[in-house]
Amino acid sequence: MIEFQNVSYSYGGATLLNNVSMALPQGSFHFLTGPSGAGKTTLIKMCYAELQPTQGTVRVFGRDTSALGRDEVSFLRRNIGVVHQDCQFLDHLTVAENVALPLTVAGSTNVRTDGNMEELLAWVGLKHVEDAFPPSLSGGERQRAALARALIGAPDCILADEPTGNVDWDMSKRLMQLLVELNRMGKTVLMATHDMALIRSMKSDVQARVLRIQEKQLWLAGADL
Amino acid sequence: MAGGGRSVKGLIETIAAFLIGDSQAERMVPPTGFTVRLTIVAAAAMAFLATFALAFSIATGTLADRWSTDLARTSTIRISAPETQMSAQVAAVLEVLRTTPGVQSSRLIELEEQQALLAPWFGDDLALDQLPLPQLIEVVETADGFDPQNLQLRLTAQAPGAAFDDHGRWQRPLVGAANRLRLVGWLAVGLIGVTLAVIVTLAAQSALAANHQVIQVMRLIGARDHYIAQAFVRRFTLRSILGALIGMGVGIVVLTLMPGAEDETGFLTGLRPTGNQWLMPLALPFLTGVIAFFATRRASRRALRELR
Repeated sequence: MIEFQNVSYSYGGATLLNNVSMALPQGSFHFLTGPSGAGKTTLIKMCYAELQPTQGTVRVFGRDTSALGRDEVSFLRRNIGVVHQDCQFLDHLTVAENVALPLTVAGSTNVRTDGNMEELLAWVGLKHVEDAFPPSLSGGERQRAALARALIGAPDCILADEPTGNVDWDMSKRLMQLLVELNRMGKTVLMATHDMALIRSMKSDVQARVLRIQEKQLWLAGADL
Repeated sequence: MAGGGRSVKGLIETIAAFLIGDSQAERMVPPTGFTVRLTIVAAAAMAFLATFALAFSIATGTLADRWSTDLARTSTIRISAPETQMSAQVAAVLEVLRTTPGVQSSRLIELEEQQALLAPWFGDDLALDQLPLPQLIEVVETADGFDPQNLQLRLTAQAPGAAFDDHGRWQRPLVGAANRLRLVGWLAVGLIGVTLAVIVTLAAQSALAANHQVIQVMRLIGARDHYIAQAFVRRFTLRSILGALIGMGVGIVVLTLMPGAEDETGFLTGLRPTGNQWLMPLALPFLTGVIAFFATRRASRRALRELR
């Protein structure tokens, strides 16, 4: 599903990733760890063609991302749900409207009549704030809203970049449970985090592999947690 | 060629999507902000000025046409002679005119009519019978016209006090001036359009820069740049049309207070449109919309290219 072949990435004369190769098959769950500034976010951004490698090839759904046009990148992203630590919303739209954005831009929904939308908001526990505006949400609610937005288009792949960075332990566990549940539904999940305790706590819940970025290279840190 | 085809197809898609409308797309752009207000105010001010420039152009055009058509086929013969010879010379001139090919009609301008013509300058109580005024004869020519030089020679021979005036001496420069003023009016309308395009472009660029996060979010969730651009184009075009409607409305109200062409004692006569001329300002909101559409479209495409 996502494949890196000898990928390097440099910016401003500094090399962030050097000769990285990996493959994330359909339905897999991977943690991506490493110290701050190691290149986790860079790697994730290359997965949805926000950044292009300076060397090597990134293939997503079998397609070389460097060969994609602007519109093709847009269509690619409709099949990838992305959750960031600083989840960005359109503050003048309600939570429900924000969550529905991926369907709105694809021209395939009416927020108020979409049954999946109702179910999804209930599933992530945000039914009670669907008409609220993002600035009024707590950190945990914002992360769950970002996850709901990432899922509304039924993507095959979820990329989560430090989704638990701004929430407490209980909310982190709740978010992890949601990601694990999605993985059980067949979604491919790649989650960047530097919280090893959280990874260890999920040992009994998910068959996951841990990838570690260290000294600009990617290492398999552990398997079958 | 293929690139041109894609460009035309993209343009048609954009216009169709715009006309069909996507209120959800437009909602992506935050509804308030300095740039939106600036667009409305600028469009209103420009439409107000354009309404006046248009009225000015119409008025000068009407004036030029009137001077060209009404006066082009008329001329005047002025007879200055001692009182004892006046009747004979008038009769001689009328006879010359009757036998001149190309003269459709001629008539003696009576004393009362002369008084009415001079009244705006000398007042109604002027005693013309006490002044040594020349006798005037108005000549209307046929479509083919006559030879003025030949007529002048014949008049000189038959009535020594007769002088031929074909109006061209003062008519041509006035018509020329009116036509140049009409051109200036249209030029002003064009400059107003260009100014509006510049203002809307700057406002759109500012809005795009201010809404960088909105664009990032929309791209992240899979929105095409075409869709994002459309949201901004629709927002700014509709606001521009709203502003233009306001400016045009105020402009029309003010125009109704201007002197009309029928008010012949006014100095700036004919600035108020008449009949179908009132319909011309109604085109301004549409033109404003077209200008705003293309200005915003160009600005948003450029901004989105630079934001890659």
